[in-house]
Amino acid sequence: MGKEMRMATLQTVPATPRSAPFTAALMSKVSKNYGAVRALKNFDLAVRAGRLTAVLGPNGAGKTTAIKLLLGLARPTSGRVSVFGGDPTVLATHLRVGAMLQVGRVPETLRVREHIDLFSSYYARPLPMAQTLAAAGIEDLRERKFGDLSGGQKQRVLFALAICGDPDLLFLDEPTVGLDVEARHLLWDEIRQLLGRGKTIVLTTHYLEEADALADRVVVINKGSIIAEGTPAAIKARTAGKKIRCSTRLTATVVKALPGVVDAQDDRGAMVIHTSRPESVLRELLGRDLEISGIEVTGAGLEEAFLALTQEKAN
Amino acid sequence: MATTAVRPAVSLPMRPNVISICLKETKYEFLKSLRLPMYSVSTLVFPVMFYVLFGLIMGRQMIGGIGTSTYLIPAYGTFGVMGASLFGTAAGLASERGFGWLQMKKATPMPPFAYFLAKVVMSMIFSTADVLLLLILGSVFGGVHLSAMVSVKLLLTLVAGSLPFCAMGLAIGYFAGPTSAPAFINVFHLPMSFCSGLWVPIMFLPKFIQKIAIFLPSYHLSQLALRLVGAGNGTPARTHWEALIGFAMICLGIAWAGHQRDQKANG
Repeated sequence: MGKEMRMATLQTVPATPRSAPFTAALMSKVSKNYGAVRALKNFDLAVRAGRLTAVLGPNGAGKTTAIKLLLGLARPTSGRVSVFGGDPTVLATHLRVGAMLQVGRVPETLRVREHIDLFSSYYARPLPMAQTLAAAGIEDLRERKFGDLSGGQKQRVLFALAICGDPDLLFLDEPTVGLDVEARHLLWDEIRQLLGRGKTIVLTTHYLEEADALADRVVVINKGSIIAEGTPAAIKARTAGKKIRCSTRLTATVVKALPGVVDAQDDRGAMVIHTSRPESVLRELLGRDLEISGIEVTGAGLEEAFLALTQEKAN
Repeated sequence: MATTAVRPAVSLPMRPNVISICLKETKYEFLKSLRLPMYSVSTLVFPVMFYVLFGLIMGRQMIGGIGTSTYLIPAYGTFGVMGASLFGTAAGLASERGFGWLQMKKATPMPPFAYFLAKVVMSMIFSTADVLLLLILGSVFGGVHLSAMVSVKLLLTLVAGSLPFCAMGLAIGYFAGPTSAPAFINVFHLPMSFCSGLWVPIMFLPKFIQKIAIFLPSYHLSQLALRLVGAGNGTPARTHWEALIGFAMICLGIAWAGHQRDQKANG
């Protein structure tokens, strides 16, 4: 254990933040049952030091369970979980780990500064208060009571609590859920800064866009199992990238036959088309139906991505 | 950043100071509760208000051989420390458990006992304030003459005797839902107070309630306190302490079972 820990620490020295990929955390053949519910099935995950690994999946996929196992908050039913080569439940591990979990309610009468002061005291070498506040972009909220903050501000404070101990490994469980676009992008910037300092991050999300923006490696899970993993580009390539919605007189059968179309369906009088090559499909559509109208092109949501991935798996 | 760069890369993490964690945890638990009027105001105001009404304004007769204003200090003192302890431990624990805050703290290197210790010490601070307020009001406005020795003994007895109620609070906190703890606490707190003779002196209560009272921890604590002001029922102090310790043990057992249940559900 000692040797691996030393290697992982060396890895976090910012001089070579993205060099040789050591494994900071490992789950091997992990299953986790809650009564009759199988939250994770034969789950393998290797978190590389100095990188951001995104665990992507819909609600109930097992993302939070995986995080809890890595944090030592839960024990696997079978299989092995190790963090920095050691037991995730012991103090030596907790001292090097920070976590932002989904919390329904945080004590509201304490000030931001007080929450951070308390969490900082748990760690051996916390960041100075000013640095924590700056890294989370909440300098101006210092004296505010937690209960008086907006949703986005609350998430940033929870983020500050996760990083205040200057951990080598950071777990962010759906950090941007419920945030507006601007707040989400602010948090992304802060996450990127941590990566720049050589930190290892595991992030769960159900936004494909978020994984794409931040991750070096994406693990897509559904119903407790990994259904795809790879770089964001590789994952995106395997999912039908765009969704086209339009009013057309063409039938679904005809559209489905066009090159690059993964799926086409009638939806409340409009046609919804999933495609990996929206440009060529649009060209075809415009050529074949001069009266086509109401065209919208959007990024396929995760639901569509899952559809594509699970179908791919079934074939 | 500089902080990472100056860190010796090969050293294992040092341990933070456990005592300073406990002090900070307690400090913020105290501030948190002080700023919650639901806790701080009701904990301090209710016993004092009852005392002013029944002990100072209306209390002119004798109870159990002593003046009402003296008799009611141990009685409302018991009522006060019971409330401070039950609400101080159960309400926070139930909500922080239920809403995931406890889990967020467990993911840090915080020693878990610091969390519980902070709640107990915070409750004891409010218990102390409760008893001191009653003693001051009684001696300034109620003509209560207790020696310094008796006053200190009364304070120490009531504050030490608050611990079984902290244990009871933990037990409730582990089984109550995140928002239902206060209702749960009142279900115990108010009937227990009444049946133990904290509102109406025990000798004026119906016989069957007096029989129930001996099974209540609040009865035993109030008797310990009443003995000190010369209004005890003659039972040796040891018996009451044993009852309180036994009760605390049962509550800790229940709290432990709740903890195990949580572990199973979460982990």
